[in-house]
Amino acid sequence: MKSIVIGVIGADVHAVGNKIIDYTLQNAGYNVINIGVLSSQEDFINAAIETDAKMILVSSLYGHGEIDCRGMRDKCIEAGIGNIILYVGGNIVVGKQNFDEVRRRFIEMGFNRVYAPGTPIEKALKDIREDLGD
Amino acid sequence: MASYLLIDFGSTFTKLTAVDSSIGDVIGSASHFTTVDTDITEGYQNALNQLYHNIGHHISFDHTIACSSAAGGLKMAAIGLVQELTVEAAKRVCLGAGAKVDLVFSHHLTNAEVASITKQKIDIILLAGGADGGNTECVLYNARKLGEAEIGIPIVYAGNKSCQDDIADIFTHYGIDGYMCENVMPKVNVLNIKSARDQIREIFLKKIIVAKGIKKIESQIDQVVLPTPEAVLRASELLAKGYLHESGLGDIVLVDIGGATTDMYSMCNATNRSDVILHGLEEPFAKRTVEGDLGMRYSAPGIIKSLSREEIEFINQDKGVDIVEAVQYRYDHVSTIPEDDRDEFIDQLLAEMCAYQAMQRHVGRIEEVLTPMGKVYNQVGKDLSEVAYVIGTGGVIIKSKKAREILVKTTNVLHSYLELRPTNPEFLIDKLYILAAMGLLSQHDPALALQIMKKHLMTV
Repeated sequence: MKSIVIGVIGADVHAVGNKIIDYTLQNAGYNVINIGVLSSQEDFINAAIETDAKMILVSSLYGHGEIDCRGMRDKCIEAGIGNIILYVGGNIVVGKQNFDEVRRRFIEMGFNRVYAPGTPIEKALKDIREDLGD
Repeated sequence: MASYLLIDFGSTFTKLTAVDSSIGDVIGSASHFTTVDTDITEGYQNALNQLYHNIGHHISFDHTIACSSAAGGLKMAAIGLVQELTVEAAKRVCLGAGAKVDLVFSHHLTNAEVASITKQKIDIILLAGGADGGNTECVLYNARKLGEAEIGIPIVYAGNKSCQDDIADIFTHYGIDGYMCENVMPKVNVLNIKSARDQIREIFLKKIIVAKGIKKIESQIDQVVLPTPEAVLRASELLAKGYLHESGLGDIVLVDIGGATTDMYSMCNATNRSDVILHGLEEPFAKRTVEGDLGMRYSAPGIIKSLSREEIEFINQDKGVDIVEAVQYRYDHVSTIPEDDRDEFIDQLLAEMCAYQAMQRHVGRIEEVLTPMGKVYNQVGKDLSEVAYVIGTGGVIIKSKKAREILVKTTNVLHSYLELRPTNPEFLIDKLYILAAMGLLSQHDPALALQIMKKHLMTV
């Protein structure tokens, strides 16, 4: 069973979406390690190392995702899991910005996939299956 | 009705406590220097004669049981993968088993690290790494590394379940005295103490006390059953929780300041609040931490190291002492016993600093996080703010004329509401030095052990 680490990054306490992702991924047959809300980059990375996870799925709902996610890929590289697949989604920036621009910034930060507000989890699940080769 | 002889083979003293269950109390106690370097039975026999003398007559005891921290106690190395996760879990298991954790390693072991295990005369290695189903590469590497080094020390494997069979093969291949246990961290942030702790105790009793020359005492007594710190841990847990109709004291903290270490125990849940979000590895109800760099004699220099230059200056001016010199003297003369008011004053000061620092490292912290949803509280570690009692044991506290002042240093003296130190506890001291003995007694008669503790712990 492949392991995926999920959680809500930064000073963000939005727990509902996190539970939905947990439920959906478990039903899809993945071993979900849910580190919950108020999680730091290190919390995600540590959990991924110990569980040999193939993917980290970062949620951010409160608009500060860009600050919270900066440098995460570099830390993964430092921690020896540089090849791990990183997803991010939610309301990851403030205001009505052009999402193609937002996506470009997060891709440059090292995220493999970036989801716009309101993306249904089913769409992400399809990508997860594809990226993990299931 | 039964009579018990409870023995604590300490690093310095062999302490005897006699209990008669028909009276329901301690009937006598005695102590003598521990003689583990020559023959441990000598010191025991002398203490026993002293005990008979104190009681006034000879007694044949129904049960004679002992705990030991003689000959360096139980020295362990804890190995895990990530510092905050399996390394921390492994460390907590060792401490919960009453060990001194002299070495702590994360990720892949290096040659120098493996060499230090032999050099530091480690008794048992706890090898962990990976949640169940998680990383196997690192822990397999470490097992092979230890095998290649032919270290000849028992290894308890309590890592990722998925590679248990491969680990067993490595142990067989290299002829390692290896033991299989449940994972100390089966899932991220979940702590599983019991399986590995029980295994450690079993090895301690079967092998380590033999190697240290303690086992031969068993020709004269029934059994050595626990490492001393674990006996104290059990006594504290019983004292907090109670037993059947005999109520406990509720949440407690115990501080034991010795010559070489300061041990801190807390018996309570991580938090009783519903408005905080807990972070990090799960906290055990019965938690023990040991500060090997905070002590009254052997580890006194550690107290100085934990202070800044300004703090040292401040103490020297404020208290009119030369703290650096005083500490060096105690380190050079570890059997120093305070002779005058000034010696006592300095020992008191050192003990207060040990208590303050040891609590600083034991206690949890809360952080206020301002979010768009309002203020939330993020907690790491244990919340001790509501504990009912802080209990002191160990020579310096028991003998101090101002024991309360030492214990007060474990509380929130700086009034920082982000520190989860005890806020308004009552203070007790283990005047008769019976906690380890009561931990032993609790294995036979918990109700009696609890009654005796409640009776003899003295309010200060």
